[in-house]
This record gives sequence, structure tokens and C-alpha cells, in this order.
Amino acid sequence: MAGSVGIVEAQRAVFAEPFRFRSGAEIPRFELMYETYGTLNAARSNAVLVCHALNASHHVAGTYAGAPENVGWWDNLVGPGKPLDTNRFFVIGNNYIGGCFGSTGPTSVNPATGKPYGADFPVVTVEDWVAAQARLADRLGIERFAAVIGGSLGAMQALQWALAYPERIGHSLVIASTPKLSAQNIAFNEVARQAIVTDPDFHGGHYYEHGVVPRRGLRIARMIGHITYLSDDAMMEKFGRVLRRAALGYDFDIDFEIESYLRHQGDKFSTYFDANTYLRITKALDYYDPAGDFGGDLARSFARARAAFLVVSFKSDWRFAPARSRAMVKALLDNRRIVSYLELDAPGGHDAFLLEDPRYHGALRAYFENMDL
Amino acid sequence: MTRPDLEAIAQWVAPGARVLDLGCGDGSLLRHLWEKNQAHGYGVEIDDAEVIACFRNDVNVLQLDLESGLALFQDGSFDYVILSETLQTIHRIEFLTREMLRVGKAAIVSFPNFGHWRSRLQVLAGRMPVSDELPHQWYNTPNVHLCTLHDFEDLCAKLGAKIRERVVLHRGRPVGVLPNLLGSLAVYRVTA
Repeated sequence: MAGSVGIVEAQRAVFAEPFRFRSGAEIPRFELMYETYGTLNAARSNAVLVCHALNASHHVAGTYAGAPENVGWWDNLVGPGKPLDTNRFFVIGNNYIGGCFGSTGPTSVNPATGKPYGADFPVVTVEDWVAAQARLADRLGIERFAAVIGGSLGAMQALQWALAYPERIGHSLVIASTPKLSAQNIAFNEVARQAIVTDPDFHGGHYYEHGVVPRRGLRIARMIGHITYLSDDAMMEKFGRVLRRAALGYDFDIDFEIESYLRHQGDKFSTYFDANTYLRITKALDYYDPAGDFGGDLARSFARARAAFLVVSFKSDWRFAPARSRAMVKALLDNRRIVSYLELDAPGGHDAFLLEDPRYHGALRAYFENMDL
Repeated sequence: MTRPDLEAIAQWVAPGARVLDLGCGDGSLLRHLWEKNQAHGYGVEIDDAEVIACFRNDVNVLQLDLESGLALFQDGSFDYVILSETLQTIHRIEFLTREMLRVGKAAIVSFPNFGHWRSRLQVLAGRMPVSDELPHQWYNTPNVHLCTLHDFEDLCAKLGAKIRERVVLHRGRPVGVLPNLLGSLAVYRVTA
């Protein structure tokens, strides 16, 4: 029977050493939040790193003591008897550097000033996140991951692991992702950033010292994001044109369910997520382009990868459509790498990677079960 | 490995060869080729359940629609491209055959022979044929392009493809005489 990993505790790894970002900027020390589930085997060969996407954290599975409602973001996948089975694998979730859930980021205190970094925190990249995760792996005594898995932005990290540390990863599971953003993807990100930086409460990124948060900007940024996570069909199915009130109001309050949903998501997000982190994550997305150093040749950029790959896409995902995944598959085939590809006709849009579709989870279960440790 | 054409195909595939198996089902041919002579490669399959079965069989599988061609694969990147008992379900057969000959140094194709005497008799009797090789009724069959040995050989001639080997079978046994009449299953090795 599949169950929960139960009550878990977040842990903090402190690195009293500098971290140099891809941009050239450096911070003197850093911390990373992480959680683990299952047991590292004697051969240290069963570790799986789970990388999160935009708004999630190191809290991948289980709940916290006294907070049974705070369930990990990929709890439907990770647990005893679940597709990523913690009876067999030692699973690690981590909050990336620059994040806002305890890992060193814009809200952390800058040792040079004694105040939060705020706008002074470096712009982060996918490469930076993976480099920091490698230090965490060193700290945990994991020479090589059996697999690194992620969806969307998390999948970019799974890919980057295979490119940056080819000897340290057995399998790369790249789900609902892309090897680079399109102009349209960047455009959506820029609208979200503009919403934040033009909020009067933004104060050039130093809003902490003013005791305010650019809540309106964050809210709009999140609403835009949510539109791109769902497919047109999924949104119509979920909300249709259902009204929130008895009849059309002929004013600018909420008429439709979808408006209520977006406002609710935006409101919720703006209470817990840091605007400076949001800006940096969207930049990390925009900048990621492993083929960029190889004249745009994705196949050449993948030549150094040694991992076996599982690439997964969802037909209803218009944010990172299947064609982007197929481009990665082609680049891997051109290099004669081990790759399997799943293109599921699932309705959920980009968010399908978080949902519990039996074919999707069945495939991941079979893939993990077949993995040699 | 119960289907007789798969045994014939396996005998043609050289040890260590790179193989692309189109419509690979649960991957049992690829698994057999790997275990028998370390031939390795990828399967292409569209059905979700079969793709998962491939994972269980430890076979690399790509979930793609063959009707869109083989754009993910480079010219000459496989020693063999296999299409076993799938030809008759393909809409764009000329296109896919050209693609197979582009991607593979050789193509191996097997299909049920519509020229088998039992099919001919059933058509003569005024019915669409139903047999071991063609188990479906006309209204629920996935087959859209049935052909005979002669028909397939004509297509190869039209495409300029050379037939290198042919095995014709009935109930798992090779058929020597009158193959287009007595054989129910045909296996060809073809090159550009």
C-alpha cells in the first residue's frame, strides 16, 4: 500500500565558504534548506534529488509536526509504495540558492551590511542552483545520484545536472520542460517582472527596510503565471463561464469563477513569496540555454551528458509544448544517448506534471522500478 | 517472443547492431535482440500501456506517432529499422518507407499476406477475410492498407528499394512454393 512519509523535518546545511555565481558576483557564505525521505543505502547508490519549480520548496513530501495541512508539493509521487518509492530510494528535496524558503536569498542578511540583501542579491541561474546542489551532495556524502528529477524549471536542473556533472548522475528525468525559453515565454516573464518592479511598494528591491511588500505586483505576476500553467480546455472544464454572483454585475467586481480563482491564487502567493526571488527565478528561466555556448547547437551541448534520460511532455502543455521536449530527445539521439520519451495526451496543461494521472505515474513507477542501483 | 516473424527478424539482425523498432509494442523484440546478440536501440510506440511495458522490459522507447515520420532520427543512424506487423496500420506507407530507408542502412518489414488462399476464398465468398493473422472484423480493424507479396514488391520497385531477403511463413513454418498463395506472413529485408 502506498503511504505518506509522515512527519518530516526540514534541515539546514551551512556552507562557511564563498559562492561564486555565473554572473561573476560572489557571496561570502550560504545556506541551503533540504529534506530527506527514506534511507541512504550502504553503497550510497540510491539517492534521488528532486528539484522544484517556481514556487515550491524543499518540502517535497510528508507533513510537518503540528501542521498536517502543510503537505509536500510532490507528495503524490514520493513516499513508501509510491512511484518514487522511499522504501527503495533516498530522496532529497532542496530549496535552491536565491530562494525564499530558508536557503540563502534576497531576504537573507548580507554579512557586509547587516541588512537583508534585497536588490543586492545576485541574479541566479540554473547553473548556479545545480552548482550549489552539488555542494549539498558533497556534504551529504553522495558521490553520484541514482537520478535527478524535476518538472518545468525543476527539469532544467535535472538536465543541467547531466551536463555539468555527467559522472555524478545515473538518470535525468526531464518533465514538462524545454532547453530554452521562447520569446513568448520570456514575454510572459517580463510582464510579471514589470508588475513587480512598477509596484510603488517595490522601492528598487529594498522594500524590506520600508516594512512593505510589493503585494500588488506579486499578485499580478502570479495571476499571469497561472494562466500559462493551465490549458484552455482545462480552464474551461474547471471554471467554464460560471458566475460567482446571481447575474452579471455591470461593474468591475468579480463576475466569473476564473476571476475569483486568479485573485485567490494571487492573494495567497503574495503573502508567502518574496518578490526579489520571483524576479530572479524568472531571469534564471529566461537565461537558461545550454546550447548558447555551442552556437545554438543543442546536440553539441548535450555531447558531454552520460546519464540515461527520461523526457516527458504533455500534449496540452502550451507553455512548454511537446515539440520542445522532442528537440531534447533529438539532441540525445544525435549523441546516441540512452533516452526514453513519454508524450502523454493528458489534459492538465503545464501543471499536468504535478497531477496524479495513472498513465503518468504508472510510467514513472515502472521507470524507477527498473532502475539499477 | 511467440510471433513467428520475430524469430525470422532476429536471425537477420547482426550482433551489436543498432536497431530502431517501429511500433515496438511492449519491446519484447528489442529485449530479445539485446539478450540474444547485444543489438541495442530504441522502440517507437504510441500506446501508453505499451510504453510502460517497454520500461518494465528495460527497453528504450519513444512515444511518437509514426505518421509524422522519423524526423528525430538522423540519416543512416541505424543498421536496421524494423516495422513488424505494423505496415498494414499505416496511412502514409510510401512516406514512412522512404523514412525507414533514410534512417536505416536496411529496413525489415513484416506484414500479413492478403494474397493467402484463405483470404482469397473469403473474398470470393463475398466476405472480408478474418484469420489468425487478420483477426479483426472489417468494422473494428486497425488495418487500413492490406497488401499481398506482389503488391509490396511493386511498392519497393517504385521506391527504388532493393529486396535483399525474403521469408514467407505460414503457422510459423517457411513456405517454399507459391508463397503469395500459401504464405500468411511475409518478412522482407530491404535496402535503398
